[in-house]
Amino acid sequence: MSLISLPSLSLLAVTSGLSANQLSLLKCAYFKHRILIQRSEIEKTGLQVLPPPLLHPARFQQPHRESAGPDAIELRTRMAKASGFQAAVPQEGQTQAGQGAGALPAPRRPPSGRAGSGAAGTAPARLYLCCAGGRCRGAVPLLPLPPAEHHHLHGGRAGGGRRGRAGGAQLGPQLPEEAAGAAPPARRRLRLPSLLLLLLFFLHCRRHSSRFAVLCSAPAAAGLLTCAEHMPWKELTSKKRDEFEDILEERRLSSDLRYAMKCYTPVIYKGLSPCKPNAIKSAVLHSEQVQYVIKQLAKEMGESPDIIQEEATEILDEMGHRMQLGAVRFFAFTLSKIFKQLFQRVCVNEEGMQRLQHAIQEHPVVLLPSHRSYVDFLMLSYLLYTYDLALPVIAAGIDFLGMKIVGELLRRAGAFFMRRSFGGNRLYWAVFAEYVKTMLRSGYAPIEFFLEGTRSRTAKTLTPKFGLLSIVMEPFFKREVFDTYLVPISISYERILEESLYAYELLGVPKPKESTSGLLKARRILSDNFGTIHIYVGQPVSLRTLASGRINQCPYNLVPRHLPQKPSEDIQEFVSDVAYKMELLQIENMVLSPWVLVAAVLLQNLPAMEFELLIEKTLWLKGLTQTFGGFIEWPDNLCAKKAVLSGLTLHSNIAGLVDGHVVLNDKGVEDGAVGEIVFRHALAVLMCATYRNQLLNVFVRPALVAVALQMAPSFRKEEVYSCFSFLRDVFSNEFIFFPGISLKDFEEGCFLLTKCDAIQTSQQEIYPTDKGSGTVSFLSAMFRPFVEGYQLIFRYLSKEMKEAFTEKQFIPGVRNFVFQLLEKGSTQCYEALSSDMQKNALSALVQLGAVKKKKMPSGFTYNVNQEAVSKILDMFDARIPVQKPVAARL
Amino acid sequence: MAAAAGEAAGGGGGSPSSARRRLRIISGHLRGSPRAPGRGALSPSPCKAQDGSAGPASGSIPKKRQELLKWNGWGYNDSKFIFNKKGQAEFTGKRYRLGGMVLPTFKEWIEKTFGASLEHKTTSRASLNVNDVPPSIVNEEFLQDLRATKISYSQDAEDRVFRAHGHCLHEIFVLREGMFKRIPDIVVWPVCHEDVVKIVELACKHNLCIIPFGGGTSVSSALECPEEEKRTIVSLDTSQMNRILWIDEKNLTACVEAGIVGQDLEKQLAESGFCTGHEPDSMEFSSLGGWVATRASGMKKNIYGNIEDLVIHIKMVTPRGIVEKNCQVPRMSTGPDIHHFIMGSEGTLGVVTEVTIKIRPVPEYQKYGSVVFPNFERGVACLREVAKQRCAPASIRLVDNAQFQFGHALKPQVASIFTSFLDGLKKFYITKFKGFDPNILCVATLLFEGDREKVLQHEKQVYDIATKFGGLAAGEDNGQRGYMLTFVIAYLRDLGLDYYVIGESFETSVPWDRVLDLCRNVKERIVRECKEKGVQFAPLSTCRVTQTYDAGACVYFYFAFNYRGISDPIHVYEQIERAAREEILANGGSLSHHHGVGKLRKRWMKESISDVGLGMLRSVKQYVDPNNIFGNKNLL
Repeated sequence: MSLISLPSLSLLAVTSGLSANQLSLLKCAYFKHRILIQRSEIEKTGLQVLPPPLLHPARFQQPHRESAGPDAIELRTRMAKASGFQAAVPQEGQTQAGQGAGALPAPRRPPSGRAGSGAAGTAPARLYLCCAGGRCRGAVPLLPLPPAEHHHLHGGRAGGGRRGRAGGAQLGPQLPEEAAGAAPPARRRLRLPSLLLLLLFFLHCRRHSSRFAVLCSAPAAAGLLTCAEHMPWKELTSKKRDEFEDILEERRLSSDLRYAMKCYTPVIYKGLSPCKPNAIKSAVLHSEQVQYVIKQLAKEMGESPDIIQEEATEILDEMGHRMQLGAVRFFAFTLSKIFKQLFQRVCVNEEGMQRLQHAIQEHPVVLLPSHRSYVDFLMLSYLLYTYDLALPVIAAGIDFLGMKIVGELLRRAGAFFMRRSFGGNRLYWAVFAEYVKTMLRSGYAPIEFFLEGTRSRTAKTLTPKFGLLSIVMEPFFKREVFDTYLVPISISYERILEESLYAYELLGVPKPKESTSGLLKARRILSDNFGTIHIYVGQPVSLRTLASGRINQCPYNLVPRHLPQKPSEDIQEFVSDVAYKMELLQIENMVLSPWVLVAAVLLQNLPAMEFELLIEKTLWLKGLTQTFGGFIEWPDNLCAKKAVLSGLTLHSNIAGLVDGHVVLNDKGVEDGAVGEIVFRHALAVLMCATYRNQLLNVFVRPALVAVALQMAPSFRKEEVYSCFSFLRDVFSNEFIFFPGISLKDFEEGCFLLTKCDAIQTSQQEIYPTDKGSGTVSFLSAMFRPFVEGYQLIFRYLSKEMKEAFTEKQFIPGVRNFVFQLLEKGSTQCYEALSSDMQKNALSALVQLGAVKKKKMPSGFTYNVNQEAVSKILDMFDARIPVQKPVAARL
Repeated sequence: MAAAAGEAAGGGGGSPSSARRRLRIISGHLRGSPRAPGRGALSPSPCKAQDGSAGPASGSIPKKRQELLKWNGWGYNDSKFIFNKKGQAEFTGKRYRLGGMVLPTFKEWIEKTFGASLEHKTTSRASLNVNDVPPSIVNEEFLQDLRATKISYSQDAEDRVFRAHGHCLHEIFVLREGMFKRIPDIVVWPVCHEDVVKIVELACKHNLCIIPFGGGTSVSSALECPEEEKRTIVSLDTSQMNRILWIDEKNLTACVEAGIVGQDLEKQLAESGFCTGHEPDSMEFSSLGGWVATRASGMKKNIYGNIEDLVIHIKMVTPRGIVEKNCQVPRMSTGPDIHHFIMGSEGTLGVVTEVTIKIRPVPEYQKYGSVVFPNFERGVACLREVAKQRCAPASIRLVDNAQFQFGHALKPQVASIFTSFLDGLKKFYITKFKGFDPNILCVATLLFEGDREKVLQHEKQVYDIATKFGGLAAGEDNGQRGYMLTFVIAYLRDLGLDYYVIGESFETSVPWDRVLDLCRNVKERIVRECKEKGVQFAPLSTCRVTQTYDAGACVYFYFAFNYRGISDPIHVYEQIERAAREEILANGGSLSHHHGVGKLRKRWMKESISDVGLGMLRSVKQYVDPNNIFGNKNLL
C-alpha cells in the first residue's frame, strides 16, 4: 500500500478539490486499508456512492478499434462478466486515460451539437477507466457533468455546492437561461491531479480485490467516489441503506435567486418528442378512447357529440396542468426560502436520485411518494429541479383549485387536478384516464401521485387507492409502452407541519378548507422549527418484472385497445398487489427519528415518566427496532440523552421535562371542565401517537404474534396462528399487509421475535421466554390502544346501532360513546376517539361480513349484524376461540 | 414436411433462372405469341413406376441431395459468402445475381454491428463423420416387403442425416459440431401416389413411424425425429414425385404431384405460359406438399393469394385411407372444409400426394420500386393506408432502419464513377435536402406485376399514397436489392456461424393498430434479454413488415448476436427466441403467420387455440392415425 499514502492523498484532495463530505464512504474505501484522511480535507468536496447498475449504459458500447487493442475485447468480456458493466472512454479523456489504464475501449458517440460539450443535453459523456488485473474487477468511470452542472451544480450533487463554496469565483454571473437555452462553453479538460488520483485509485483497486467505480466531473475535478465493497448491490440495499445528503446546506450557502435562475436542462425520457401542455390536451381530446366515449354518450343521451365534446374540453381545461418554467423557478425560489425557515435539513439519498435519473431516461416513470403533509406536494418537484431531472406532473385533489392564485400557480408548476369522486361519470373517467396515459405513453414527464390518496393524519401508511395506479399500469398491460418504472419514495418528517391540525381533525374538528388566506394565516408556523426531512428515493421497480408470469394478456388481445374495458379479476388483483408492495417498500425506507422511539415509550408510561428511565427504555427500543429492520436515523456518536433531549426540544408542544419527569404537554387541563380535560388530553395523546405510529408498520408482524400469544388459550402453534390471522384480518385497514400471505407474515413475526430472544418455538408450540416477557408485553402494550379501541367501537356497534346508519351518523355517535366512557374513567383508551380508527374498524367489519354496506342515492348506509359483531367481540375478548381454518402447514 | 417459407431463398428476381425465365416470357409476350403450346409430357399418367423405368429425377434437386446442396448449411454447395484474399466479402457461384460480386462495405458492417472480428473464426467439421451417425435399425421383414414394391430406398448414413433436420439454428449448429440423437433409419423415394399408398400400408402392417420429407426447409424443428421414438423411422422423401400431371387451361388449374419444388413448378408451368404466383422465400427448395402442410404464404400473395386460396383439391394418403373430395370446384358448403384439416397438419396426418392448384397466365410486366420514409411510423401508416385502399402491389415490404443499413452493406462494388456519383447525389438529396436522418429513415420495397399499363397506373397510385406519408420514391434498384436480401440472408447465416455470430428469423401476424408497439417491444425485448443473458455486444434486432392484409400485417424479425464469451450459445439463443415469442404473444401477435408450429412452438398451442380447439385437432388425429404412424410429434 505504498502507493496511496496519507500525504499524497491529502495533497491530491487539496489540489484537485476531491470532494467528499461523506466520511463514512472514505472510511469504507480507505480506512480499511489504514489510510487516514483529515475530515476537513474531505469536507471540501462532495462524494457519492453509485450502484454498479448505473454504469451499464456503457455495456453495449462498441469497442473503438484505435484505442482498443485485441486485449481490450477480452478485457471487456471478462469485466462485463464479472461486474455487469463494461468500460469505455469517450473523446478527449481517451488518450490520457488510455495510457493510464492500459486498455480502454471507447464508445461511439454522436458528435454533440454544442461546441466543446460532449455532455450537452441529456446524456453526460462518460469516461470510464477499467481494471482487470489480478483478482480485481472494477471500473472507474469519469463523468463530466453536463454543462448546466458545470456552472450551477445541481443541488448537493457532488462537487456542486462544495465547488461553489471553494471556488465561487469560478462561477461567473449567471443569466437566466431557459431549458433549451445556450449552454455555457464547457471546460472539460481533465485536470492532472484528478487524473492522478483516479490512477491511484485504479492501482488501489488492482491491489485489493474490491470493486470500485469512480465518477469524476472533469472540469473542476470534483471526484465522485463510488465503492461497492465486496458486496453485490442487492445485498447492499437490504442490509445497508444509502447515505443521505442535505440539499438545504447548499441553499444556505449560495444565492437562492441564482439557484432559481439556474440553467435547467433536465434529463428526459429517451423517446420523448417535446410537446406543449396544450398539445397533450388536444391529443387527448382527439384520441380514439375519448372520441369513442363521446360517441357512445351522444348516442345514449340523444345529444349531439359536439356538446359532449365541449364538455370534455371543459373537463380537460379544469384538469390539465400548464407547466411553465417561470412558475417552477418561482417555486424554486420561494420554497428554498420557506424550507430553510422551517427545516433544519432536507436529506436525500443521492444514489436514489442517480437511479431515478437512469430510470427517467429509459422508460416512463411513476413516482409514488408517501403522503404525510402538504409539504410532500412540491417537495419532489423541488428535488427533481435541484437534480436537473424532468419535472413531474402531479395528481392533485380538485380542492386545491379553490385556492386563489395558489391553485393556478400549482397548475403551472405541473399539478393536474382530479375530482375526488367520479366513478359514475364516464366522460370524466375517460378524459382523465386518457390524459394521464397520454402523458405516460409519450414519456412527457414522470407522473407523481399519492398511493394513499390523501394525507395520512395518523402517520400510519393508509391502505392504497387503486384507481390511478391501474390507469398508469394499463399502457404496459396493453403493451403501448415496453415497461414502466414505479418508484417508491419515502418522505419522513421529524416533525409534521400539520401535527396539531391532524389531531383536531381526528377528534372531529373539521379540516379547514384549502384557501389562500388560510395559507397566509398559517405563515406564523414559519418561526417554528420542524427538524429534518428525509427523502428516500427507492429502487425503481420495473412493472414488466413484476408482471412477468402473472398477467395473461388474452383479454387485452381480443378487444381493440381503445375501448374502455373493465380490468379482469387477475388484473385487479395484480394492481392491488403492486399497490401494497409499493407501500411496503415506502414503509421499509421510512426514516425513524429518535423521537419516534421516545413517543412509543412515553405513551406506555403516562401520565409521567422518569427521564433516566425514558432514556434507558428508548435505547432498548432502538435495539429492538433495528432488529426488526427499522431504519433509524441516529448518528453513531450521538448519546442517548442528547437524542432524547433534542427530540423533546423539537416537540416541546407535545411533551416536556418537569422535575426530572417527562410529561405530556396538555396545558390548561386543571382548570377546565371534565369534558375539556378529556379533549385536551386526547389531543396530546393523539399527537404523540402520530409519532409512535411511524413505528407500528415495522413492528406489526412480531407485535401481532405477541398479542396473539396473550389472546390464545394455549401456546399451540395453530391456536396462536388462528389468533394472529384473526387480528391481521381485523386490522387489515389499520396496517399494511400484503394481501393473502397471512402465514408468511406470521412466520416473519415469529422469526423476528425469535431473533430478539423473546419467544422460542418448538414443533408444535410457541411460548415466550423468561427473558423475552418484557419484549412481548411491550409489544402488546404498543398495540393495546388498537385492540381496546376496536373493542370499544365494536361494543358501540353491537349495542347501540339497531338501525341502518350512515358514516356521518356513526362517527359522532361512537365519539360521544367513547367520550362518555373516558369521562367516567371506565376506559383509558383515548385513541378510540380518533375518527381514523373508527372508520377503519367499520370497514374491517364490512370486510368480515358483520356489517352490510349498501349504496343508497344519498350515499352509503350500513346495517349491523348484531350477532356477528358480538361474536367478533367475543373472539377479541378471548371468550370464544377464534374459529378459523388452520393453515395446513405451520 | 418441409416448411414452405424458410427464412431464405430466392424470391422475386432472386435466382437468375427465374429472372431469365421472366425475361423470356416477357419477350415472348412482346413478340405477340402469348402462349407456348402445351407439351406432350403434360398428360395424366397413373404412375411412372408402371412404365418400367424408375423415373429419372427430372427435378432440380437430385435424390442424393448432398451432391448439390450443402450438408451443413443453407442452399447450393457452390454458393456462399466468403472473405476473399483482400479481406473483402464476396458471394461465390453463378446462380444468383450477387454471384461473383465484391461487397466492399460488408466487412465493416459486420464488425460494427456484431463486434465480430475476422481473426476469430470457428470452423465446422469438414464432412460428416459416419461413425457418429446412429445406426439404421430396420426390420428385415419390412425390407423384404419394401423390396417387393420396387420402391427405391437407402440406409446410407449421409442420406439419413440429410433428412433428419430442417434449417433451425440449433439444427445447423448440431450438424457443424455434433450429431443428432435420433435420425431416420431408412429413406424411401416413392415416385407416385400409389407408391405412397403402399408405403403407408407397409408402415401400418409393421408398425413403423413415417416422417414425410419435402424440401427440408423447415424452420420449426418439424423434421427432427422424436428422440424417444423406438420404432423404425421411415423418412418418406417426396422429391421424386415431381411431375405436373395435367394442366386445365379452361379452368386455369393444374394437378401437380406434391413433391415438386417451387422453382421446378414455376419453370415447368412457364413452359406453358402459366405460373402459380406462389413464391415463398424458400421457393428454390421447398415443395408443394410442404406448402400445403404448413399453410405457406408467398411473397406475391396480394395478387395470387396464400396457399389456402390457391389450392383447389388435395389428395392425401393416411393410415385410415385416402382423403379427397369428389369434385374440383371453387367453393363448396359441405360442412367444415376438410382441406383445412390437411393444410397446416405438418405431416401428422398423412402424406399429401397430389394437389390441384390454381394457375394464372405469366404476367406481362414486372417492375420493382422503393420508397424512403422519414421514419418507421410513417412507413407503417402508409402501408396501412395502402391496405385500406386495397391497392397493395404484388409485394410491399417495409424494412426498418437497421435492415435498411444491412441492405446497404450488401451493395456490390459500383461499376463506374458515374454510378457512385449518382449514389452520392441521391444520398445528399435525401439526407440533406429532405432532412431524413440516415439513422432513422426506413424503406419500403415494392413489386408490381401485371399488364404494363395497369402496372404503371398502379405504381402511380401507390407512390401518391406514399407521398402523403412523407415518402420519397427511391428507385427500382433499391427495391430489387431489398428482395435479394431475403434470399441471401440464409447464406449469410452460414457466414456468421464461422465468426461467432448466430442468428435466426421468426415471424408473426398482428392487427394493424399493434404493429408499431409489437415491433418496438419485441426488438427491445431481444436487446434486453441479450443483455441479461450476458451477451457482450448489442444484438442485431430488426424487423420488417412483409405482408399487408385488410385487418393486419405480417411482421418478420431478424435477430443475431455475437456469442463470443458465452459457453452455451444455443441455449442462450433459445431462451432469447422464446422470450421474443412470448413478447409477440403478449403484444397481440400470432404464434406463426406461415412458418408453422412444428415442435419449436408447440408449448404455446394451447394458449393460441384454447383447450377445446386443441382437443378438436387431437380428435381428428386420433381418428385418422390412431397408431401414430405419422409420429413426428409436430403441432399437438
